[in-house]
Amino acid sequence: MNAARPALLLPALLALLLAALAAALLSGSVTIDPARLWQPDSTAGRILWELRLPRAATAFTTGALLALAGVLMQVLLRNPLADPYILGVSGGASVGALLALMAGAGRLLLQGAAFAGALLSTLLVFTLAHGRGSWNPGRLLLTGVVLAAGWGALISLLLSLGPDTGLRGMLFWLMGDLGQARWPWWGLLVLAAGLALALAQSRALNLLAGGDEQAAALGVNSARLRGLIYLLASLLTASAVTLAGNIGFVGLVVPHLLRLLGARDHRLLLPASVLAGGTLLVLADTLARTVLAPRQLPVGVLTALLGVPLFLLLLHRNREIRLRG
Amino acid sequence: MAEANDGGRVLLDCDDLDVAIGSVQVTHRFHLALRAGQCWCLLGRNGTGKTTLLRTLAGLHRPAGGRIRLDGEPLEALPRRTIARRLGILFQSHEDVFPATVLESVLTGRHPWLHAWQWESAADLQRAREALAFVELSGFEQRPLHTLSGGERRRAGIATLLTQDPGLLLLDEPTNHLDLHHRTRLLERLCERARDRGQAVLMVLHDINLAARLADHVVLLQGEGRACTGTTAEVLTTANLEALYGHPLEQVQTRHGPAWLPA
Repeated sequence: MNAARPALLLPALLALLLAALAAALLSGSVTIDPARLWQPDSTAGRILWELRLPRAATAFTTGALLALAGVLMQVLLRNPLADPYILGVSGGASVGALLALMAGAGRLLLQGAAFAGALLSTLLVFTLAHGRGSWNPGRLLLTGVVLAAGWGALISLLLSLGPDTGLRGMLFWLMGDLGQARWPWWGLLVLAAGLALALAQSRALNLLAGGDEQAAALGVNSARLRGLIYLLASLLTASAVTLAGNIGFVGLVVPHLLRLLGARDHRLLLPASVLAGGTLLVLADTLARTVLAPRQLPVGVLTALLGVPLFLLLLHRNREIRLRG
Repeated sequence: MAEANDGGRVLLDCDDLDVAIGSVQVTHRFHLALRAGQCWCLLGRNGTGKTTLLRTLAGLHRPAGGRIRLDGEPLEALPRRTIARRLGILFQSHEDVFPATVLESVLTGRHPWLHAWQWESAADLQRAREALAFVELSGFEQRPLHTLSGGERRRAGIATLLTQDPGLLLLDEPTNHLDLHHRTRLLERLCERARDRGQAVLMVLHDINLAARLADHVVLLQGEGRACTGTTAEVLTTANLEALYGHPLEQVQTRHGPAWLPA
């Protein structure tokens, strides 16, 4: 491992993010002359400030939330295959959102229903998996995966019962949609608070990845930290799903991508995930709305199309690194 | 045989300790006082609860009854961080899900001494390197942990414990995977180092002769809650050991003191 790499990682990711944001702001059906950006009353200024910037900010926030939640879930379940959706948070959110869509609810109510569904799912898993006695990753994983399967069945049921006219909207929401984006103020707030909280525990997260007992022996209150991580990761995921629906892949792959680049220490991995997750989604969303313009593609499709080859390439190039599944 | 050692101040003591796991009664009304500068060995058959007793003393398993005090304070009332500054434990095995280098792994020993936002200092790094040198792993700093052999991995675990630098070191079968040289010399130096620093060691061993060589005090866990505690000279007798393992032994005299061979 090259020791210089981790030190350069954060500045490099920040530069990438800025480039992605610039690309997002400048590309689209209307070409914007950078010189006219500061005239908010012009058409170009309105498109920028009221459409493209809020959308790019939402894409960044959603991607960052998902990547951060992904890191936390992987440590919590001590399983490299874990992603933010694995314990059913997004399933609960989807059922809430689909019910709201079927009832013809507006944007705010839709978001409220998605968030409520995510919280309900979180609390169900927390209560059922906690039960009596210990709170081990296996029990948590089983409870969450089974509940997620239940939500999946409910989603299929709602889709089959839903009105034909609303089906397209429902499917788009399920695949992740940034078309309705407004300024993601509270999403950014949750992201900032979540990152600060996770960073304060980042050394303890390094230890927890090596096992509960070893972490406890080195002074970590493992049970309490597990509870904290679970609730934090769930809140981050709920916020992301509420902002943009289900966007797969970011939360699973971004943490691994960064580990392959040498960010093993959570003090580095957590902020790097926020930057890289946000960047990936900003890029994917920009492509989603420009590749086949004026048609818009579901952004979740683009995150996977970008992420899969990138990840496989890196994994192939780092053949000496062993990951346990 | 190590000489009798009255030790310094009491680091850890327990009274009337009842420990059970599943249907196994590990100890019943067990008394123990580990003093600064002492080296204890814990012997017993498979399944008598040696690991459970160690985990109980580390506050990782709740005793069924009795009191444990660490530096005179009730163990169950202390935060994990405070415990980790005073007491460290080497587990039988290690698990690593995500990759790490040897140095990263050894530096985790500094965790209880650092605040939430604090990074390891040059002094911490120095400690980690010294610990690696102590276990003869200098030059392994940047090696990924999973490329180490079982014995090297074990020594890296010991280096983590030395980097943690607690007053009391609990070791669960530290000899696992270690070759003959490290089994004797490394553990001898470990006990010497602890004595010099006013620390105490309690280790689970299966090698009676190594125990006789290293320990000044011995605990025999005899099963069904029975235990025998005392100086090595008092406790390590052929009769006691034959009863403990249910196996006839032959005592021989060596330059280091008595040793036993299975008859």
